[in-house]
Amino acid sequence: MKVKDIVDALNLKVLAGGDGLDREVKGVYTCDLLSWVMSHGKQNNAWITVQIHPNIIAVATLLEFSCVIIPENIEVEEATLNKANDEKIPVLQSNLNAYEICIELNKLGV
Amino acid sequence: MEELLSVKYDVVSGDFIRGGEASSNLKKLLNQLGVRSDIVKRICVACYEAEMNIVIHSVGGYIEAKIYNDKIEITAYDYGPGIPNIELAMQEGYSTASDVAREMGFGGGMGLPNIKRSSDEFYIKSEVGKFTEIKIIIYFN
Ligand SMILES: Nc1ncnc2c1ncn2[C@@H]1O[C@H](COP(=O)(O)OP(=O)(O)OP(=O)(O)O)[C@@H](O)[C@H]1O
Ligand SMILES: [Mg+2]
Repeated sequence: MKVKDIVDALNLKVLAGGDGLDREVKGVYTCDLLSWVMSHGKQNNAWITVQIHPNIIAVATLLEFSCVIIPENIEVEEATLNKANDEKIPVLQSNLNAYEICIELNKLGV
Repeated sequence: MEELLSVKYDVVSGDFIRGGEASSNLKKLLNQLGVRSDIVKRICVACYEAEMNIVIHSVGGYIEAKIYNDKIEITAYDYGPGIPNIELAMQEGYSTASDVAREMGFGGGMGLPNIKRSSDEFYIKSEVGKFTEIKIIIYFN
């Protein structure tokens, strides 16, 4: 499964990092405590978080997450989007909450 | 063992936008050198946590990495305020992070334990009002 498949299936809005839509997705991780994410997140995970500051892109890059999914239509800081474009990490926005996003991803077999 | 390469990055207090860049740059370098990906990940975790601690808790400092054939040695040094009780600071869940930092998802009190867990050798020294220095070694094999 690729990031773009998730974008299509869940009708996500691509806020930034469109160059990374071909990245492979293996598994989902959701947590907002960054040092917890740092020690438990895995390569190619789709990461669901309500954090919107630029440091999330550093975390996503270091852990090689496939994308960041922002729930409940939360607006993301401009600096975050710029960094996401530089690092080719897709930042995707959903109107669903984190729980609902997990259910949909599970249905897709991610 | 011969030193192949050494890099040094300044880390600025309170700069959450650039915080993490030293670790990202180091990661790119290690990937270019062909270091095994699971090792790179451990180095990234340790370096990121040390870097963010300088951003969040200190007045500023630097990260220096020395790369050898068989290992990397990372020093994270800052110019204070220092850690009064290192044993306490090393405990999982202990944090003095500000409300602002907590809202941003920092302050879990997991950073130092993460660094220790990720490294093969871990040393921490601090003097209140003067400095904090973390040294870690991770082997490549
Ligand atoms: N470089 C530093 N200078 C001064 N104090 C520090 C430094 N690094 C850590 N500390 C102290 O040690 C505590 C624990 O650090 P640790 O990295 O484990 O957790 P944290 O930074 O508070 O939260 P987290 O890393 O989970 O975001 C900090 O809250 C702070 O009081
Ligand atoms: Mg920390």
